[in-house]
Amino acid sequence: MAGGAPRSEKRSHVSPALRAGRIGLIAVSISFLGLLLLAPLGAVLSQAFAEGVRVFLESFKNPDTISAIKLTLLTAAIVVPVNTLFGIAAAWAIAKFEFKGKSLLITLIDLPFAISPVIAGLVFVMLFGAHGWWGQWLQDNDIQVIFAVPGIVLATMFVTFPYVARELIPLMQQQGSEEEEAAITLGASAWTTFLRVTLPKIRWGLIYGVILCNARAMGEFGAVSVVSGHIRGLTTTMPLQVEILYNEYLFVAAFAVASVLALLAMVTLVIKTFVEWRADRRTG
Amino acid sequence: MTGASWFRQSSILPGFGLTLGFTTFFLSALVLLPLAALVFKTTSMTWAEFIDTVLDERALASYRLSFGAAFIAACINAFFGFIVAWSLVRYEFPGRRLVDALIDLPFALPTAVSGIALAAVFSPTGWLGVKLQQYLGLQVAYTWVGVVVALILIGLPFVVRSVQPALVEAQRDLEEAAETLGAGPFTVFRRIILPAVLPALVTGFTMAFARGVGEYGSVVFISGNLPLKTEITPLLIVIKLEQFDYNGAAALGFTMLLVSFLMLLVINLAQSWSRRRYVRADN
Repeated sequence: MAGGAPRSEKRSHVSPALRAGRIGLIAVSISFLGLLLLAPLGAVLSQAFAEGVRVFLESFKNPDTISAIKLTLLTAAIVVPVNTLFGIAAAWAIAKFEFKGKSLLITLIDLPFAISPVIAGLVFVMLFGAHGWWGQWLQDNDIQVIFAVPGIVLATMFVTFPYVARELIPLMQQQGSEEEEAAITLGASAWTTFLRVTLPKIRWGLIYGVILCNARAMGEFGAVSVVSGHIRGLTTTMPLQVEILYNEYLFVAAFAVASVLALLAMVTLVIKTFVEWRADRRTG
Repeated sequence: MTGASWFRQSSILPGFGLTLGFTTFFLSALVLLPLAALVFKTTSMTWAEFIDTVLDERALASYRLSFGAAFIAACINAFFGFIVAWSLVRYEFPGRRLVDALIDLPFALPTAVSGIALAAVFSPTGWLGVKLQQYLGLQVAYTWVGVVVALILIGLPFVVRSVQPALVEAQRDLEEAAETLGAGPFTVFRRIILPAVLPALVTGFTMAFARGVGEYGSVVFISGNLPLKTEITPLLIVIKLEQFDYNGAAALGFTMLLVSFLMLLVINLAQSWSRRRYVRADN
């Protein structure tokens, strides 16, 4: 209670030195972020439109770019639902029950966050590649994983594996399970309890996890680059297409594709901010 | 009804077997099995082969760059990240919410996009690159400095997002008490604020460092990729794969994996250290 009134009073009585310090720190923050975050973002846009809107739009008529966009959408359409399902299952097991080895399980789920994307791609080469564990068997049965779409999907799934679980576990732990227990006691089936009780409670956290997972799935570069083989029109995703165009000095086209990915990032941030705002309003 | 066992406490909620079974199966198949394949490939090498690969001159130069640049970038991020977190938590200014939302941009932006964007800004013909060259004689792109710049961008959110909650929870009344007792701003900072946020700062620093060591996409466009000079370890792995040197790639990958585990351990220790501190502060 004592904190409220004196604080606002204090603000007007702040000494000039402290005020200068405050303005100085804010200025340092904003210029640091401006230089580090806004300058690159501005560079993407200005390069993409360097030769006008027509040339920008023209870049999307390239058939390789079109197939890269399709492959990126396909990959995300497979990876995001699977990892969402996994995240919900993992969060349910971890948040609703007490069992031995739980903290080890949480650490293992976080593992892909700690591993370099290049290693994430490398491990699949070691498993499915021509010289890998199962390479010979796959070759004999004429199944291609590495340098093909399945490899890209697996590597993307690996790097985005923890996103949904990461968001849901602390949220569901904090919410407790009294309401679910009440529903079950009153005779609701497991499925009804999940759909009618749990899902509405975790809705915003779930959306947040899913959009972060999606952003990473569409934007992953390192892991996908290792397993893709860069076969044009077949195994290049949008980030790889950016690299190919850039290395061919087709800067406008490279930055045009990059600007679409940057737009995706901005939309992700907007949804994230909105979700946080909703969550704040409910708790606060 | 499921009863209690040595393995788990009883609960009336359903779905334990199904969800835990699916979780462990999926985790094992997608993450643990491929990691085991990498370890298996490495153990099939002889010791001499392994040592020759991981202590090769080019590999050593790449560790120096990857770890050195990640360390410098994490230090710079710890300093500026703290100032940014402080400004966002303690001060009210126009556009604060927008700035706060922008902090996560490096998480959301695909690394290849930040890579070519930084290369465009800092290249000798880029608008900032030209000025830095002209006035400071500093070339950023295609040198180790460029690697540091890319890793600062990638690591920033880790520091800010770790320090922010610690600053929110820090006890303001202690600071005010110290000020009332005549402590100057620097004493308050050194004796009250810094001890309270240090565990969070260490966590953020380690996370930024760990991410920086493994980063690939945002670095390869700005670093120039000269062997022995501006070649990071992840790139060396990619190069070995392209040359079909699977053993070499596996050995380097295994080494980096060990380092990641080590850093994961440090992060966990720092986090439990900070939890103990909070518990003590609450009493």
